[in-house]
Amino acid sequence: MITILPVSRRDFLQQAFTAGAFVVGARLVPLDAFGGADAVPGPLPAWMPSVYLGIEPDGLVRIVAHRSEMGTGSRTALPMIVADELEADWSRVSIVQALGDAKYGSQNTDGSCSVKDFYDALRTAGATVRTMLEQAAASRWSVPAPECRGQAHAVIHTPSGRKLGYGDLVAAASALPVPAAASLRYKSAAEFKYIGKDIPIVDRHDLVTGKGVFGIDARMPGMVFASIERPPVMGQAVASIDDAAALRVPGVLRVVRLESPKEPYVFQAIGGAAVIATSTWAANRGREALKVTWTGSPHESYDSTAYRASLVATVKAPQKPTRTVGDVDAEFAKGGKVLEATYTTPLIAHAPMEPPAAVAEFKAGKVVAYAATQNPQAVQEAVAGALGITKEDVECHVTLLGGGFGRKSKPDYVVEAALLSRVVGTPVKVTWTREDDIRFDYFHGPSAAHMKAATDASGRPTAWLQRTAFPPIDSLFAPGATYGAGQTGMGFTDIPYVVPNLRVENGPAAAHVRIGWLRSVGHVHHAFAVQSFTDELAAAAGRDRVEFLLDLLGPPRVIDLGKEGVSPAPRGEAGYPFDTGRLRNVIQLVAEKSGWASRRPTKGRALGIAAHYSFYCYVATVVDLEVTPAGEVKIHQVDVALDTGRVINPDRVRAQFEGAAAFGASLTLVSELTTKAGRVEQSNFDGYEVVRMGDAPLSTRVHIVQSDAPPAGVGEPGVPPMAPAICNAIFAATGKRLRDLPIRRVV
Amino acid sequence: MIQLTVNGQPRQFEGDPAMPLLWFLRDELQLTGTKYGCGVALCGACTVHIDGEATRSCATPMSFVAGKRVTTIEGLSAAGDHPLQKAWEAVNVPQCGYCQSGQIMQAAALLRQHPKPTDQAIDEAMQGNICRCGTYQRIRQAIKQAAGVQA
Repeated sequence: MITILPVSRRDFLQQAFTAGAFVVGARLVPLDAFGGADAVPGPLPAWMPSVYLGIEPDGLVRIVAHRSEMGTGSRTALPMIVADELEADWSRVSIVQALGDAKYGSQNTDGSCSVKDFYDALRTAGATVRTMLEQAAASRWSVPAPECRGQAHAVIHTPSGRKLGYGDLVAAASALPVPAAASLRYKSAAEFKYIGKDIPIVDRHDLVTGKGVFGIDARMPGMVFASIERPPVMGQAVASIDDAAALRVPGVLRVVRLESPKEPYVFQAIGGAAVIATSTWAANRGREALKVTWTGSPHESYDSTAYRASLVATVKAPQKPTRTVGDVDAEFAKGGKVLEATYTTPLIAHAPMEPPAAVAEFKAGKVVAYAATQNPQAVQEAVAGALGITKEDVECHVTLLGGGFGRKSKPDYVVEAALLSRVVGTPVKVTWTREDDIRFDYFHGPSAAHMKAATDASGRPTAWLQRTAFPPIDSLFAPGATYGAGQTGMGFTDIPYVVPNLRVENGPAAAHVRIGWLRSVGHVHHAFAVQSFTDELAAAAGRDRVEFLLDLLGPPRVIDLGKEGVSPAPRGEAGYPFDTGRLRNVIQLVAEKSGWASRRPTKGRALGIAAHYSFYCYVATVVDLEVTPAGEVKIHQVDVALDTGRVINPDRVRAQFEGAAAFGASLTLVSELTTKAGRVEQSNFDGYEVVRMGDAPLSTRVHIVQSDAPPAGVGEPGVPPMAPAICNAIFAATGKRLRDLPIRRVV
Repeated sequence: MIQLTVNGQPRQFEGDPAMPLLWFLRDELQLTGTKYGCGVALCGACTVHIDGEATRSCATPMSFVAGKRVTTIEGLSAAGDHPLQKAWEAVNVPQCGYCQSGQIMQAAALLRQHPKPTDQAIDEAMQGNICRCGTYQRIRQAIKQAAGVQA
């Protein structure tokens, strides 16, 4: 799939398709530019009518992947959409990775929205080019265009059976005006050849042969290597550097002081002392020999144990309402049966297997960077901001990402490389060590949630009060921000239960480390609290969990918090109503597939269920696990039912949910960071654990609801139900209710 | 000077004998299929074969590999068609793919010792290799498929 495309800007057509997305003149470069080889100027596609695709005279279709590949399969799924509508032969398609450029629309590969946000645009691109090829053939044959159909990489004149290959039509098609979007003919779902089919990812062979090029593998001629000692507490800066010993390490070239930024930190480099050397090893050895002292910081008192206690105290007191229905206080005052529970989750890190890495060169006022980034446009902006140049002067090449999970949408490491290159005058490669990655992450903050419900004789809640507190992502952009309406809206404000009296509250929590988004964001801890508490209520009432969940969801309806007067209403989009009927459906499906009705807990082994809606995807998960006499949790089976609308590549959807089961198992069972005196105490996979083969779910069955609804998210929604499903199963198996993550061991 | 064989080719190294093999492979030979993941033999991303044995190259100093035969993912098979590589493709194991070189090298050493491994033997052999994407169930399936045991 390695492809050569022009390095220089070329306009192939003088007209844009539609406003914004379809401007001309893609500036593309060969993937061969990675790995040390100089960029090889390749053949220019003869016709590049869209930023998303072009066709060579020999018929080769080049499709531009403008989003980042971090394991979700978007680099395959998005081109499949184009190829399908174009009627291209997949074996004659070549994928080209886009540079960062606003002309593609958003490239921020985040929020489980690559397919959701570009499905229509990419179909339009494919249909537009196919229509132009059909029109070109119609002119050639002097027949009406409607008699010509693009099919399998050729246009066929239906009445006569005449046929012209796409390549043969490139010259004629390129002279045609771009048809109006409204005039296009789109394929029906029944005509799809790729959408909805299992297609291997385009990088598959490269990834099993070691040929895939990640950010950590990218090289530029003449580059040097940097290892950076960063301020261990947020807000600190370098006070002094003693580099005498470091400079004696063979291969060390120099030591560069990096200034610490002012708030808001956003995506800025955080400062420190950088050792520049001729190899990664020499840079790391030199860094070990550095003696750096740091200035003071107000965050030096950050202690995770005390912080967790403060979060719990916060959620046990009245806080700011984000949604109010009826009057919970009046209902609680009636003196009926009331249940309360508090749940907590710890600070955790993304820990993608590839740590942050980038190489950049600053030259003549411009920057060229190769980076494992989820967001090359953010690279452009952050690097430009740090160097005082314009974002157009930052050329960001996107490599494969060795995992992202939200970490790599923050390009501070690319900024470091660019800043250092400006100082040393050659390209600089920055590779974070695992210790750097874990200690200087944009963390998923700790959280606490307090839940309280009054119930009637059937156990049904008549009043439901829930409070959440967590250091919000807002603090990264607005210094001192302590409330997070956006994250509270993720699976908390939008709780879908039918309860006559409901109040949702968010309490303040200050950030003492950089807080960022991690796979599923606020949904992770909110699903844990809501779905665990639901299970507690069902248990108290002695009711079947599936029946109870369905009862609380009530009859199928659309939740519209805007109409309910909630302000700001949680993120919603046209075409994606929150339909509780679809949530009910996946609950019933997963119950059926897991054999819920016929299973009874045996000694130490039981099922647990949780359901959660996130990123416009409806998910219900059943976990079948065993708690050994030693208290170890063995997950035997995970069943996941999901409805995410139209599915592009089912095998990759299954893979995402299999992976989400493992990711969710990690944060439920073992992952936790602690802090003392403002510093993160763990630094590698010994102290910061993630599940390994022996602990991970090894039999996750994914049940996908067939749907023609608009495509929704896939990458994240599998994570949130895991923690509550595991804890609910543990309760069913042992009678022990676990409310604080991670569990580690059931004692 | 340290002499060794990498993927069948004689190689020489004249630098710091304490430098881990990983950085010789990646920085000097530009064999970047072998990945850095932790630097202290905790994650398995850097796994190569040294005289046929699966070894964490991030924690193996160059002094140790003098006179030894090193095989990396690039040298596992001539055309990327080792039975495990074929099985990895058939099962669509990789998500991001970063850890898979190490996973495959670890699995290749396992199959050399235990051509028909049990589930338990697979889990034990692979316990040192982390996949953050969570492809474990497909890794186990692919190993069994390559070994021709019941999947």
